Amino acid sequence: MDSLVYRYDGSFPGLMCCVFEAIARKEHPAAILPPDGDATLYPEREIVTHPVRAARVLTAIPKKISPRALRLVQYGYLTCDPRRELLVVEFLRLGFEKGGRVTGLLQDDRVSDLLKAVGHLEREAHLLTGFVRFSIQGEVMAAVIAPKNMVLPLLAPHFRSRFPADSFLLYDKTHQMAYFYQNGREEFADVEELTLPPASPEEVAFRRMWKRYYDTVAIAQRENPVCRRTHMPKRYWNWLTEMQPENNS
Amino acid sequence: MDLLQKLTILSDAAKYDAACTSSGVDRVPTVGGVGSTTACGLCHTFTADGRCVSLLKVLMTNVCICDCRYCVNRRSNDTPRAAFTPEELADLTMQFYRRNYIEGLFLSSGIIRSPDYTCERMIRVLELLRDKYRFAGYIHAKAIPGADPLLIQRMGLLADRMSVNIELPSRSSLSLLAPDKSKQGILGPMKLIQGGIRENRADLVQYRHAPRFVPAGQSTQMIVGASPESDLQILTLSEALYRKYSLKRVFFSAYVPVVEDRLLPGKTVKPPLLREHRLYQADWLLRFYGFEATELLDEENPFFDPALDPKCSWAIRHMERFPLEVNTAEYEDLLRVPGIGVVSARRILTARRQGKITFDGLRKMGVVLRRAQYFLTCGGRMMEGLRLSPETARRGLLAAQPPLPDSEPTQLSLFDKPGVAPWKKVEPWLPDGQNPAPAPVLALPGMAGLF
Repeated sequence: MDSLVYRYDGSFPGLMCCVFEAIARKEHPAAILPPDGDATLYPEREIVTHPVRAARVLTAIPKKISPRALRLVQYGYLTCDPRRELLVVEFLRLGFEKGGRVTGLLQDDRVSDLLKAVGHLEREAHLLTGFVRFSIQGEVMAAVIAPKNMVLPLLAPHFRSRFPADSFLLYDKTHQMAYFYQNGREEFADVEELTLPPASPEEVAFRRMWKRYYDTVAIAQRENPVCRRTHMPKRYWNWLTEMQPENNS
Repeated sequence: MDLLQKLTILSDAAKYDAACTSSGVDRVPTVGGVGSTTACGLCHTFTADGRCVSLLKVLMTNVCICDCRYCVNRRSNDTPRAAFTPEELADLTMQFYRRNYIEGLFLSSGIIRSPDYTCERMIRVLELLRDKYRFAGYIHAKAIPGADPLLIQRMGLLADRMSVNIELPSRSSLSLLAPDKSKQGILGPMKLIQGGIRENRADLVQYRHAPRFVPAGQSTQMIVGASPESDLQILTLSEALYRKYSLKRVFFSAYVPVVEDRLLPGKTVKPPLLREHRLYQADWLLRFYGFEATELLDEENPFFDPALDPKCSWAIRHMERFPLEVNTAEYEDLLRVPGIGVVSARRILTARRQGKITFDGLRKMGVVLRRAQYFLTCGGRMMEGLRLSPETARRGLLAAQPPLPDSEPTQLSLFDKPGVAPWKKVEPWLPDGQNPAPAPVLALPGMAGLF
């Protein structure tokens, strides 16, 4: 590892430029940080995002490694691992050396660490496909989530294909990102804050019914709070209709 | 009565049905429709008892002409009754679905007037959902025993999954506790659905757009602990159902005493949750790990070891097959190692094409070495510092067991004689001894003969 830190603009093409830089100069940076990342004592190098270079790396990945590797890299960028940029760079360095068989090197830390981070992202996205709760306000459905990973790009296809004729909005509070969908048109946008209008009486009635259903189907003699927390960690409860106290749901 | 009250009564009456899965079929909506399904299924929430809620599970009505002794909805039970109208229920389902509360509808019903009438009302709901709302989400419908085959056929074309509950794992218990149900009444519809699925599969080969009949297959449920059958009998029956009736799932439901009856365990008896858990573990071993029921249990040990999971206890009894060399072992053999699952076994196959596997590598691949260490060698060596005998393995494995779902001290005791289920001791099956328990002999041979 070299005593050097890369500073990039935080975008995915920016990350690809870090890959370009690290491989071309045979450098092993100690960290790769976005603009708002921690300050370090290492000398820093600013990596300027160069669309042509990013495109070169992006086309090379499926060609020289494999399409699966490309997906891993894209997902790797979305994870919440504090070393996600390094994981991606080191994985690609190994990938360009070994070719397509890199995804089978499960005993290598450079591969297994990335797979682990991506697994966490995919599991969280899977959980949230179930835990998202839409409020219906007139014609628009809106939901707020607070995931650890950037799951919106993984959730979008699921809800797009489920509600093709509806208009909806998914807001990721952690990453201040929103996904809008209407009539086949879709858009991701940075949204700093989102305030939803108060729920209509009809909406409140259905929330109450859902909560009542949830409370009714639990079998008292089988109560098992640990099991529930394992499957549905507490950090999701804030956004679940059925976990709110009855009066303000 | 308002909708909230109806929902409360009719979901309360349906909650003892264990199945709440939405798996087995991939579908996207047609133009103008709403809803989709994913083959892996999706949980939307988990109740205070830790069970997944995937579908809106309700009864059409809890009025019933049957008098099954274990059932809350039995005719003779004094409980508030209600019924949904088909329009109400279809609308409620859509409202819940669009808010992403649920994956779809699980519809069952008490038998009102006649099986045919009940079935028609259920079909009406499904038709509204599929035709009026163009709903492409998941529908699980209960086949009503005794309904006309044509009605079951119609239901199967609307639903994704159908189920008929066996409820009691032997004929004698059935006639004792569910006098209005017969073995034929249960197996008849099951066979009908199986036939329908087979026929449909042939049609689909010829006509790609043929309507699909019960595409996610059928399932059933057995109540555990209401009658005296052993784990061996229950598991053998499940295996027969998977093989002969091509069921997708058999669910087990620990008996929760809801009604006082001299033929049933008393209301103070706790549901045998640990036993249910062990049965599910064994069920997984049957479906994904290539085990057979008779390998896991036999006449001498007809119950699972409460302290050790079924795979571990099998492995300890078969120490002659271990240790396995990870670098050369067959996939089927790897699957039988405690601590290795389907995913990690596949990873081992992938990784060993690229190089020799080490214990450290196994850990990175997600193998649970706390359990697997007793059964594996890497490059001819066991894990460092490990000395092995069946006794040390058992002790080590006991220490490495995950926390159990039901930590009642009686169930965890290691001092019970092997093969005697400790939960049986909590309260004898017939406390007053008035009704001699049917000899367990008839339970399995009687049922197994049917398959």
